Amino acid sequence: MSDTSRLGFYLLLAPILLWLVVLIILPHIGLFVVSISEKTGPRTYETGFGNYAAFFGEPLYWRTFARTAIMSILATVLTLILGFPIAYYIAKLTRGRTKTTLFLMCMIPFWVSELVRTFGWMILLRETGVVSNVLQYLGLVSGPVELLYNDAAIMVGLVYTSILFMVVPLVTTLDSLDDSLIEAGYDLGGSSTAILREIVIPHAKPGIVSGCIVVFMLSLGNYLTPILLGGKDSLWFTGMIYTQFITRFNWELGSAFGFLLLILSSLVVFLGLKLSGQSLSETMGRA
Amino acid sequence: MKTALIPSIVIASALAAPIAHADTLRLLTWGGYAPEEVIAKFEAETGHTVEVTTSNNEEMIAKLRATNGGGFDLAQPSQDRITSAQEEFGIYKPIDMARVNAGQFIPSMLSATAGNTTFDGEVYGLPHVWGTSGLVVDTAKAGNVQDYADLCDASLAGKVSYRLKRPTLIGFAYSMDLDPFAAYGDPAAYQAILDKVEAKLTDCKANVKTYWGGGDEIKNLLRSGEVVASMAWDTGGWQLNADNPDITFVAPKAGALGWIDTFVLPARGRADDAAYDWINFVMRPDIAAMITNTAGNFTAAVDGDAGVSADLKARYQGSFDQAAIDNIKWYPPVPAGLEAMEGATLDRINAAK
Amino acid sequence: MTDSPPDLMCRDLTKDFDTFRAVDHVSFDVPQGSFFSILGPSGCGKTTLLRMIAGFQTPSAGDLQIKGKSMIGVPPNKRPVSMVFQHLALFPTMNIGDNVGFGLRQRGVSKSDIKSRVDRVLDRVGLPGVTDRRVDQLSGGQKQRVAIARCMVLEPDVLLLDEPLGALDLKLREHMKVELKSLQAAFNTTFVYITHDQSEALVMSDNIAVMNNGTFEQIGTPHEVYHSPNTAFVAGFVGDANIITATVTARDGNTLALTTQTGGTLSLETHDASLNAGQETQVFLRPEVIELIQPGSAPEDAVNVSEGIIESVLFNGANSMVTVTDRNGAHMKVALPQTGSSTAVQKGDAVLTRWHPTQAQCFAMAQD
Repeated sequence: MSDTSRLGFYLLLAPILLWLVVLIILPHIGLFVVSISEKTGPRTYETGFGNYAAFFGEPLYWRTFARTAIMSILATVLTLILGFPIAYYIAKLTRGRTKTTLFLMCMIPFWVSELVRTFGWMILLRETGVVSNVLQYLGLVSGPVELLYNDAAIMVGLVYTSILFMVVPLVTTLDSLDDSLIEAGYDLGGSSTAILREIVIPHAKPGIVSGCIVVFMLSLGNYLTPILLGGKDSLWFTGMIYTQFITRFNWELGSAFGFLLLILSSLVVFLGLKLSGQSLSETMGRA
Repeated sequence: MKTALIPSIVIASALAAPIAHADTLRLLTWGGYAPEEVIAKFEAETGHTVEVTTSNNEEMIAKLRATNGGGFDLAQPSQDRITSAQEEFGIYKPIDMARVNAGQFIPSMLSATAGNTTFDGEVYGLPHVWGTSGLVVDTAKAGNVQDYADLCDASLAGKVSYRLKRPTLIGFAYSMDLDPFAAYGDPAAYQAILDKVEAKLTDCKANVKTYWGGGDEIKNLLRSGEVVASMAWDTGGWQLNADNPDITFVAPKAGALGWIDTFVLPARGRADDAAYDWINFVMRPDIAAMITNTAGNFTAAVDGDAGVSADLKARYQGSFDQAAIDNIKWYPPVPAGLEAMEGATLDRINAAK
Repeated sequence: MTDSPPDLMCRDLTKDFDTFRAVDHVSFDVPQGSFFSILGPSGCGKTTLLRMIAGFQTPSAGDLQIKGKSMIGVPPNKRPVSMVFQHLALFPTMNIGDNVGFGLRQRGVSKSDIKSRVDRVLDRVGLPGVTDRRVDQLSGGQKQRVAIARCMVLEPDVLLLDEPLGALDLKLREHMKVELKSLQAAFNTTFVYITHDQSEALVMSDNIAVMNNGTFEQIGTPHEVYHSPNTAFVAGFVGDANIITATVTARDGNTLALTTQTGGTLSLETHDASLNAGQETQVFLRPEVIELIQPGSAPEDAVNVSEGIIESVLFNGANSMVTVTDRNGAHMKVALPQTGSSTAVQKGDAVLTRWHPTQAQCFAMAQD
C-alpha cells in the first residue's frame, strides 16, 4: 500500500471510528460509570454495585424487565406471523406497479411521527372511539367497549409500529428466492406447508432473523406506545428508566437499568442467532 | 493624543451600552407562561430576544442537572422543588433582591416564597404563577365526588382517573384525615402515612380507568365522558367548563393542593440582566393579567387580577369560596430523600394487582 | 403391450393467455420408455406446453392423460411426473442427500428407506458418496445428474426436462447429450425434453415434435424430421439448408421444373400435388446433398448441374463447407465430403455442383 492510499484509508476510516467512539462507546462507558456509583448523601457518591442489587432486590423492577422482554418477543413473533404473508405476497405474487404500490402502502404509516401514529390508534380504540362505535352500530355489543389501556392495545401498537421493519428484509430475501425452487418443491410432491417449511423458510431465514432482531429492539426500546396505549398495569421498562431519570432524579439506578436493557437485548439477539444457526454478519450482510 | 482618545472612549461606551443590554433570554418555563404577545412586547421594550422551552418540574430539574445549571438563563420550577434540588445538584444561583422590583409582588406571597426557597441563608426563588390541584368532576354524572377519596366510590368504577404521582399521595392522605406536610420532617411518620395511602390506592386501583400522564390526555378523557371524575389542575377544569357547563373544578373538602411556580436563576445562566428585566416586566399588572388569561392561573402580581377576563374570575369564584381558599394546602419545600420514599410507594401501587 | 395406453397423451391441448394463444390444439402420444423432444424456437409455446404437463398451468381446453388417467385438475404435487428445471432448481439450503430425498420425505417414506434409495439412485447416475456435499460444491455436470436423480428416485411415469443443458459449456453439453440418452435407456423412463437446440433433439430423441406458433408442425423420428420435413418451417429450422426461391414452370408426373429468381433452372421430385406451373415455391437443399465435381466431368444429360466458382472455404473440421457462386450470382453452401478428396479445393477454383432431384424439398411459398 502506498503512502497516499494509506492516508486515504485512514481518512475514510476516521468518520466511522469517530462515530463509533463518540456516539456509541463513550456514552455507554459513561452510562456504566454512572450506574456503579451509589448515592450516600447529597452530592456524595461511592462506587459499588448497589444499583444492580436494587434491581434484583425489587420484584417490580425485574418483573417489569422480564415482562418487557416477553412482550417484545411476543410482539416480534406476531409481527413475523403477520408480516410473512404480506412480504410473501409482495415478493412472489405481485409484479411491477402493484408491487411498488403495496410496498409504499406499508410505508405510509411511517410518513407521520410515532406520536401521531399512536394517537391514531387511541382514537380508534378508545371507549368513545371508532371501533367501539362501529361495533355498537352493527349491534355486536350493547354498550361502549374499552379497547384501550390494556396489553392487547400495546401489542397492536407495537406490531403496527414495527411491521415495516419486518416486511422489508423479508421481501428482499423472498425476492431472491427463485420461483422454480418452489415449483420444484411442488413437482416433487411437496404440500404447501412442506414447501414453506423446507424451502421458503430456510431461504428466508436471514431475512427473518434480521427482521426479528430489528423488531425486537424497536419493541424493547419503545417508550410512547406502551405508555400511551397501555393500562394501569402495563409497565414497560423504558418507562421505568424515564421515571428513574426524570421524576426520581435517580440517574444512578436509571443508568443501571439502561445497562441491563443493553445486556438483555444483546443476549436475546445472541440467543436468537444461536437458535436459528445464523451469524450476525451473515444476517446483516444478506438482508 | 489625549484629546483624541476621550471622544473615542465616549463613542465606544455609547455603542457598547445598548449592545451589552440586548441579550438572548433562554427561558425554561411551563406552557402558557410566556405568551407570544408578551414576548413581542418585551422584545420591543427592552431589545432582548426570548427563546422559550416549555417543560414541567421534573424535566426542568433534569435538564439543568444534565448541564450543571447551564443552557438556560431563567427557569420556573414550583417553589417546593427548589431547595432540595439546590442541595443535591447545585443548579441555581441566589436572587439579587436589589435588582427585583419587589413592590410589584403581593408581599405575603413574596415573603412566603422567600421563606420556602431559602437555602444556606440565600433566597433562590420569586413567586410568579399560583394554582391548585383538586378534582375535576362531571357534576351531572358524579355529583357525589366531594373529596379525593370519593374517587374510590364503587358507583364510579372504571370512570375515574388520577396520576400516579406525588400529588395523588398527598391529596389522598389529606382526605384520609392525615397531615403529610406536617410529617415532611419526620421520615418515619411520613412513611406511616405513605403506607396507609398505599393501601387505599391499591384498593382503589380497580376503580381507575387509566392513570393519566399529560394534561391533554385527562381533558380528552373528561370531555369524551369516558372519565367522569379525576384529580387534576384547576385550570383544566375551568377550560372544560367553558365547553361543557357540567364539568368543573371542585375544591376538595380536605383542601385543594396549592402550588406556586417561581422564578429561579440557573447556576450557569449567562443573561442575568435579561432575566431580571423579564421578571420585572411580567410582574407588571397589565402583563400579569395577559399571562393569567392564557395560562388560566392567577399570579403573585399586585393588581394582577384587575385585567383578567370576567369568565375566568367567575369560574374561579365558583370553585373557591373563602373557606376553600383558606383550606388550600400549600406545598412546603420537599426535603431531599422524600421523593425516593414516595417513589417506592408509587412503584408498589403500580405493581399491585 | 399394445393395448396399454401411452405414458403421455395430449388431445387438442390449448392454452390461451390474455392477448395470445400460446398452445393451439396440440395432440400427441408418447409411448412408454421413449425419449420425446419438443423442438422449437423461443416463444413457440413449448415451455407452456411442458408446464401444462407438469401441472403449473391449466389448459384452456383439451385433455391430457398420463397412463390413461386424465390430469386435468390434478395439482403438480399429485401428478406422476417429475421435472428437471432449466436452472435445475436444486435446493441450495439442503445438502445433496436431502435434495434427492425431498420427494421421498414428502411421501412419508421411512428414513432408512430414503437413505438406501437415495444412495442407490446417486449410484446409478454415477455420483456415489456425495450425499453430504453442498450444492455449490458440485460441478455443472454433477448438478445435472443430481437433478435427474432427484426426479428419478420418485420413479415418475414421465420425466420432463426443460432445456437443462442450456447453461452448460459446449464440451460438457455434448457429453451430457450422450449421458442423458444412456440414463434414459438405463431407467427406461419416458422422457419429454424441450429444447431450441436441434442437435440436442436429433441426437437424443426417439421422436421429435417440431413446434412453431403454438402448433406442432411435424412429429416424427429424427430421421423423418430431418430428411422428410412436412413444412417449410421444419425444413428451415431443423438442420442447415440452402433456401432457393423458385417458380414452377412445368410439372411432369412428380417431377417439377423450376426457374430460380436469379434465372437458373432446377428439377426435383415432389409428392405435393398442390404444386403446379406458376406456383412460387421455396426449395430447401441441404449442403451435404450437393456434390462438387470437376468441370467437364458431368454427363451430358445430368440435371441440376451448374458451374460455379468457390467463393470461400469455411474450414470447421468435420463440418467444413464451401460457398459456391454460380454464373447467375446465386450463392450456395456445399458440405465438403470427409473422404480427403476435397483437401485440394481452394478459393477461386472453378467447380460444378450437382444434386439429385429426390434430395431437395419444395414447398409452396407461404401466403402473406
